[in-house]
Amino acid sequence: MARAVTPRRKVINTSLAWLIGLLIFFPILWTILTSFKTEAQAIASPPLFLNFDWTLENYGVVMERSNYARFLWNSILIAGGSTILGLIIAVPAAWSMAFVPSKRTKDILLWMLSTKMLPAVGVLYPIYLLFIKMGLLDSRAGLVIVMMLINLPIIVWMLYTYFREIPVEILEAARMDGASLKEEVLYILTPMAIPGIASTMLLNFILAWNEAFWTLNLTAVNAAPLTAFIASYSSPEGLFFAKLSAASTMAIAPILIMGWFSQKQLVRGLTFGAVK
Amino acid sequence: MGQIQLKQVTKSFGDVQVIPPLDLTIEDGEFTVFVGPSGCGKSTLLRLIAGLEDISSGHIEIDGKDATNLVPAKRGLAMVFQSYALYPHMSVRKNIAFPLRMAKMDQAEIDRRVDGAAKVLNLADYIDRRPGQLSGGQRQRVAIGRAIVREPAAFLFDEPLSNLDAALRVGMRLEISELHERLKTTMIYVTHDQVEAMTMADKIVVLRAGFIEQVGSPLELYHNPRNEFVAGFIGSPKMNLIKGAEADKHGAATIGIRPEHTDVSMSEGMWQGTVGVAEHLGSDTFIHVHETGLADMVTVRITGDIQAKHGDKIFLTPQLDKLHKFDAQGLRIG
Repeated sequence: MARAVTPRRKVINTSLAWLIGLLIFFPILWTILTSFKTEAQAIASPPLFLNFDWTLENYGVVMERSNYARFLWNSILIAGGSTILGLIIAVPAAWSMAFVPSKRTKDILLWMLSTKMLPAVGVLYPIYLLFIKMGLLDSRAGLVIVMMLINLPIIVWMLYTYFREIPVEILEAARMDGASLKEEVLYILTPMAIPGIASTMLLNFILAWNEAFWTLNLTAVNAAPLTAFIASYSSPEGLFFAKLSAASTMAIAPILIMGWFSQKQLVRGLTFGAVK
Repeated sequence: MGQIQLKQVTKSFGDVQVIPPLDLTIEDGEFTVFVGPSGCGKSTLLRLIAGLEDISSGHIEIDGKDATNLVPAKRGLAMVFQSYALYPHMSVRKNIAFPLRMAKMDQAEIDRRVDGAAKVLNLADYIDRRPGQLSGGQRQRVAIGRAIVREPAAFLFDEPLSNLDAALRVGMRLEISELHERLKTTMIYVTHDQVEAMTMADKIVVLRAGFIEQVGSPLELYHNPRNEFVAGFIGSPKMNLIKGAEADKHGAATIGIRPEHTDVSMSEGMWQGTVGVAEHLGSDTFIHVHETGLADMVTVRITGDIQAKHGDKIFLTPQLDKLHKFDAQGLRIG
């Protein structure tokens, strides 16, 4: 017999899910609310929830003081560039691992993933030096490379899992049908893997967009993306919570909207292979 | 034309040799079935012929030409897979047309051939559907359609019916046999189901652990199994193999008697036993007899029905002219 779900249980489960969802969303909501307050209201005690004088003043100040468009453009270039570069490298890698695995394929995959467990600060010094030597400091190209490298293990892993779901017999059928390797990839594999490739792209774009450690440490002005834009408002000389919140809201808005519209694809992508 | 010759072909995966040196000739137009228990190397052998696996040593010739190092696409063979292996993102039409497209055939010819195949295989009504919208039998037909449009030198079938339900399997079995009658193209068919082997094959190749145990027509294998393994594998229900004193009486280490070659009586006979299970099929009755002192269980097959139930005493008399005798090595005597 299937497990019975009583209406009461359903109500409890739903409420609990909403509660957890709100808990996770609360900091973002609070940031957005704070961005519409004055600096005084932002630090008022007890905190004000909705009963304050809504103002767009912070946004005006932020827009006036910084060049939002340049930060945004850098974010798009770095996140987009690292994603595309990552895919170019990861697609063939994942293909060979999924379809012509060797004895060591699993080890290589695990080893790649293990690099994600290394604290980033552990390699900051060597990478910083390399960047200086190669003249990549505060350059978009440098950041694209670093972002690509730190997310590459995840891209390869995700693509590998998708490709593994494609039955090898279908590829063999294509080979029997006279398809060359190029035709097999072009007409059979790619169309079948498109949902997987799309969600990998999406996730990688979001990860690169949100990454702060490397963007803050390796950029100054020219290549600074939106993370640096936010950081520039957490100044030590004063508490400008409302302006910081406005900057944060502006920085996360594009990715939040993109995530909202593509959530179906993302969820499907992340759970792909987990449930057959 | 589609003669296929394997000369001293071997296959090893790492240190494990799954196909020891093997010679086999499949004549043009022949329906050959590779049969054997799972893990006997029959699918591997088919994949070696297809070119999906590289052979470790030896030669494969197709129509007298060395095909050992040819990629699958260049061998002129078509394959039907157990899982159908249809392209899920393409319609039935595009699936069937795919090999023709790869062969750079002109569109008019592609359309003509695809429509022809669809008609022959009763797929015309589904031609614009995707594989996901088809039943198992229809998918299998699409897979066959994709194979026939190329007019290959030979068809390779890798357990194509094992994913179908029993009724459909019988129907598709007939369809494939009829297809062979019509096309007269060489077919190599892999199955673990000896009924499929017996009903479809011109020639059966019985494999065990990569070795060919016997090659012959279905009835040759049925009447003259070369050894105990083939005797036990071909025929349903299985041949009864009896060792010990009863075999000694006939001057053999093992004697074999098929269930259908044993006479049954409730009052007298050569061997006595107790009815375990009686399976009444209407046309036939299978009786599994215990406590005979010969083997754990002796199975007999009687045409029509017989009143026998669990625990009844029963007498069996083998038809001595149908008795098979094997020596201590399991090889046939006489």
